[in-house]
Amino acid sequence: MNAETTAVQPAATSVHAPVDTRMASLRAVYIIWYRDILRYYRDRWRLVASLAQPLLFLVVFGSGLSSSLGGGSVFGSARGFSYVQFMYPGIIGMSILFTAIFGAMSIVWDREFGFLKEVLVAPIDRWAVAIGKALGGTTQAMIQGLIILVLAPFVGVKLNVVTVLEIIPLAAILAFGLASFGVALASIMKSLQGFQVVMNFLMMPMFFLSGALFPLTNLPGWMTILTRLDPASYGIDPLRRVVLSDSGLPRRLIDGLSLTINHNVLSIPLEAGIVLGFGFVMLGIAVISFQRRD
Amino acid sequence: MAVEERVTVKTVIEAKGLVKKYGDLEAVRGIDLEVHSGEIFGFLGPNGAGKSTTISMLCTLLTPTGGAASVATFDVVRDPAAVRQRIGLVFQDPSLDDQLTGRENLEFHAFIYSVPAAERRRRIEEMLDLLQLSDRASSQVRTYSGGMKRRLEIARGMLHQPQILFLDEPTLGLDPQTRRSIWTHLKELRSKKGVTIFMTTHYMDEAEYCDRIAIIDRGLIVALGTPDELKAMVGGDVVTITSSQPDVAAREIKDLLGVTPARDNGELRMEVPDGKAFVPRLVRELTASVDTVTLRRPSLDDVFLKLTGRAIREEEAGSRDQMRAMASRWMGRRR
Repeated sequence: MNAETTAVQPAATSVHAPVDTRMASLRAVYIIWYRDILRYYRDRWRLVASLAQPLLFLVVFGSGLSSSLGGGSVFGSARGFSYVQFMYPGIIGMSILFTAIFGAMSIVWDREFGFLKEVLVAPIDRWAVAIGKALGGTTQAMIQGLIILVLAPFVGVKLNVVTVLEIIPLAAILAFGLASFGVALASIMKSLQGFQVVMNFLMMPMFFLSGALFPLTNLPGWMTILTRLDPASYGIDPLRRVVLSDSGLPRRLIDGLSLTINHNVLSIPLEAGIVLGFGFVMLGIAVISFQRRD
Repeated sequence: MAVEERVTVKTVIEAKGLVKKYGDLEAVRGIDLEVHSGEIFGFLGPNGAGKSTTISMLCTLLTPTGGAASVATFDVVRDPAAVRQRIGLVFQDPSLDDQLTGRENLEFHAFIYSVPAAERRRRIEEMLDLLQLSDRASSQVRTYSGGMKRRLEIARGMLHQPQILFLDEPTLGLDPQTRRSIWTHLKELRSKKGVTIFMTTHYMDEAEYCDRIAIIDRGLIVALGTPDELKAMVGGDVVTITSSQPDVAAREIKDLLGVTPARDNGELRMEVPDGKAFVPRLVRELTASVDTVTLRRPSLDDVFLKLTGRAIREEEAGSRDQMRAMASRWMGRRR
């Protein structure tokens, strides 16, 4: 009798052994991230579309503006520096910006189409959802940004291995900051309706004010303030400095185009730190907001 | 003998005085129930009766306002993680990632439910096989039919070997043939895996498949028992007649036969102990014209009608199903 009960018990408990919630949550981070990558990889059209928009900006918008910005401006052919070259790192930033926020905000779609429920009822901690999604958005945005590097030869930007190795961590940090921002937004937003609002009133202004399209110097006062409040500014500026300095432009010219606060040029590590810090704060907000039961 | 019985009826779900209030609205007004290990327990009632609210509280998705419940011996409020690890869930609304394949959806689930790595593949293939999805397992879910999606959700709910599988209206919006096949699968899972099944439905015919049923109306359980026990509450047979002179017929039935019929949409409906003997008398005695006479055993519909004085309005569900079908078509296109 006694032997029988001991023989039965372990079998029953092995099926439902107390699960280590922290380990389960880490596994969940991985699989939530992996799902995003799988979906991204599966959506081949997105890859095509993701090259089309930057190409349009560089070729049509960039070339068009280049020819009207003549002699007197910073972008003169006499200086051996074109507007397209200036804009190129900004377009890398644009790709990262849009992909990171869109990628992370796919949580809103998951909520709308029911899949989020499957994740939220699982015996895992809610922070795993926020972190998994943020990392998913980060990875997608980073790949998307790095894809733009293949366009470098067409816009007269020379890249070497060192430049690329410098770009990767900067792209990753920008992607992380913005993806965390996207997760934070999605954790607060409950419906698809809010999505359009975010698009028009947040993402587009963030893009225009980020220094992707024009240098953030000699702007009207109100705009100077807004550009300095835009987290994307601190991510795109270091990308530009790395890309342009390795293209052999004089240091003074590059510094003249750089992001300043009170006329002081910020260092790349400081800028990276600001974006990283922003990302962690946003991720914290997302985690807290997910842990509130709904 | 008594000991043996205690072993066989192990309680896996227990609710005592469960209450859920939304502001002033009491959606669930004090529910007591016990579900035994290995049974198929049906929760039957019209829309808005509190079925989904109750199942959500048992699944730890909603916190009860009052009362207590334990599932697989764990308290749903104090230990929700332990409960969730031991239950499988099939929601009323779809919750699959339709960009992923069927197998990938199961892999995702295996990960977040900590299915041991060594067992993942075997269990996934076993569940795909049991629910007859193996040949389509590598297709994206968006190419699946409604019934296949439901089967995949059931397979997913069973993947972490839960003691109890909760299903909220699992057959809503499916055609009758698909509904029958879902039931075949649920019965097979019960017999092969020994899982307890707790489900809600508003389809009367489906409730008949359950071992025991709780009929819920306006947030309260009005009856609980096996389908036969519940039908026995009606007592005898149900005779329904239609007449072009319903008033005359009703009066005559009352005066001549001593039975008070209930008027229901131009029909006269009565419960009599012995239907076979009653019908010839009815036809003989009535002077009012009788168009049709129906004699049948009581259904769960009759039970519900007797207990609440109302019929479960199937047409309501019908229009809701249509809306759901429309919504899913529309969303399917958008995706």
